[in-house]
Amino acid sequence: MELLINLLINGLATGMLIFLLAAGLTLIFGLMSVLNFAHGGLFVWGAFAAVWMYATTGSFILAILGAVVTGVILGFVTEKLIITPVYGNHVQQILITLGFMLVLTEMIKVVFGPNQLAAKVPPYLAGSWEVGDVILIKYRMFIILIGFVVFGIIQFILKRTKIGLIVRAGVLNKEMVQALGNNIKQVFLFTFIAGAALAALGGALMAPYSGVVYAEMGLEFGILAFIVVVIGGMGSLPGSLMAAILVGLAGSFMAYYVPALSLAVNMILMALVLIFRPQGLFAAKG
Amino acid sequence: MTDLLEMRDVHTYIGEYHILQGVNFTAPKGQVSVLLGRNGAGKTTTLKTIMGLHPSKSGSILFEGNPIEKLPTHKIAQSGLGYVPEDQGIFATLTVEENIRVAMRDQSEATAERVDYVLKLFPDLKKFWKKDGGNLSGGQKQMLSMARAFVQDSRLLLIDEPSKGLAPVVIGKVIEAIHELKKQSTIVLVEQNFRMASLVGDTFTLIDDGRTVHTGEMGYLVENEEMKRKYLGIG
Ligand SMILES: Nc1ncnc2c1ncn2[C@@H]1O[C@H](COP(=O)(O)OP(=O)(O)O)[C@@H](O)[C@H]1O
Ligand SMILES: [Mg+2]
Repeated sequence: MELLINLLINGLATGMLIFLLAAGLTLIFGLMSVLNFAHGGLFVWGAFAAVWMYATTGSFILAILGAVVTGVILGFVTEKLIITPVYGNHVQQILITLGFMLVLTEMIKVVFGPNQLAAKVPPYLAGSWEVGDVILIKYRMFIILIGFVVFGIIQFILKRTKIGLIVRAGVLNKEMVQALGNNIKQVFLFTFIAGAALAALGGALMAPYSGVVYAEMGLEFGILAFIVVVIGGMGSLPGSLMAAILVGLAGSFMAYYVPALSLAVNMILMALVLIFRPQGLFAAKG
Repeated sequence: MTDLLEMRDVHTYIGEYHILQGVNFTAPKGQVSVLLGRNGAGKTTTLKTIMGLHPSKSGSILFEGNPIEKLPTHKIAQSGLGYVPEDQGIFATLTVEENIRVAMRDQSEATAERVDYVLKLFPDLKKFWKKDGGNLSGGQKQMLSMARAFVQDSRLLLIDEPSKGLAPVVIGKVIEAIHELKKQSTIVLVEQNFRMASLVGDTFTLIDDGRTVHTGEMGYLVENEEMKRKYLGIG
């Protein structure tokens, strides 16, 4: 029982981190069919920015804010310089965003040095609670909480605000959204920046969870996020949440019971979805 | 009579295909101008070109005397054009209300009045206000698409084959709606159903192979069996 709950919480926490990365990806793809392989680069910049800020200021809250601001700035620059010139061309998108991903990764080494950095959990989130026989690690619970809160906030924006309405409509039919007088490019820039900020937030939360940050971690998590977007259905936010949790749980349980399969399981999940439900589990478009 | 919209020698390419090869067209203010022509003649492309969805390569498009052919689609719409596409373009998983809200420019009194107006005109929309657009019947989708285009303060409505796929009774309703909307807005109508076209149209423009070949009063075409046979394959 204790073991099951631990695996569950582990899986959920990892899932939430992947979700933060996948949320932006799925909306960006759903809205403008833009394939952004540099998304993981924003995640790793968030992680390093947070570690640096925490070491410098001693405040975890400032560290998180610093990461989010980094995400916003990098998101703005990426959209304007990298994405805008390649609208509508998937091959160019893949090439330029993969290239930019490498640039972002190498720039980490230039700015923060080539070595991995240690990342600490702030004292008030360190340790654990004991509930009966079960030990709940506080920081993991914190990540899960943040994941649900972020999901709630995005859902609120999507369902209750005009810009959210335009995003949802744009995922369905972007020509029509423009023909009804809405500047979709502006909405897309907003979505891209929000997605970048979420990726950076994911990185910032990831750092103390894994204990170290290194430049290549963006690549690893970026791939997981892509798998999640495919499984969940491109453009579907609840789909991404469910798929992220699924991937997180599968990874956590497999790592314990069938360690040999713990990496392959995500690929298998994705392959199954692509074979039996290619539009994803929760496709946004019909 | 002033022309609300004027196209002069407009050429449009889709990819490498030269689809519009000289379209000249005017929509006089307050009238229903009908675009006619065989399947594949270029009627839909003409409307999409006006909306900037298939931007023109050359020629000019004036709306209320101002050139719009270089503007992005949302600016064209904001300048006062409403578009009702052939497939209606309903956001299927958004509610009727949300479909209309996508088109609402602001929270002003004037916008609210336009919403009230279309809901009086199309009571079904009010009835299904919170239902998903995808669950509406074909006729209701057509109503929603017209309502939506009108709500964004349009002075010109571009409506593409509104009778397509609808039962005769429903087509009657669409005709009524167009007669009503005409009191508020100028209309450019693409219509394959010649009876409907002749009932609502004031003027006609014939398009053939991406070119305008004739234009005149609707009554003239109704009488002209040869022209109908040659360009529309009817009569
Ligand atoms: N996306 C497209 N790519 C290539 N050709 C197209 C495309 N859309 C329309 N066409 C061609 O342009 C011509 C005009 O089409 P359209 O404007 O839809 O005709 P209409 O509405 O009069 O039936 C047709 O020959 C059609 O095959
Ligand atoms: Mg057509």
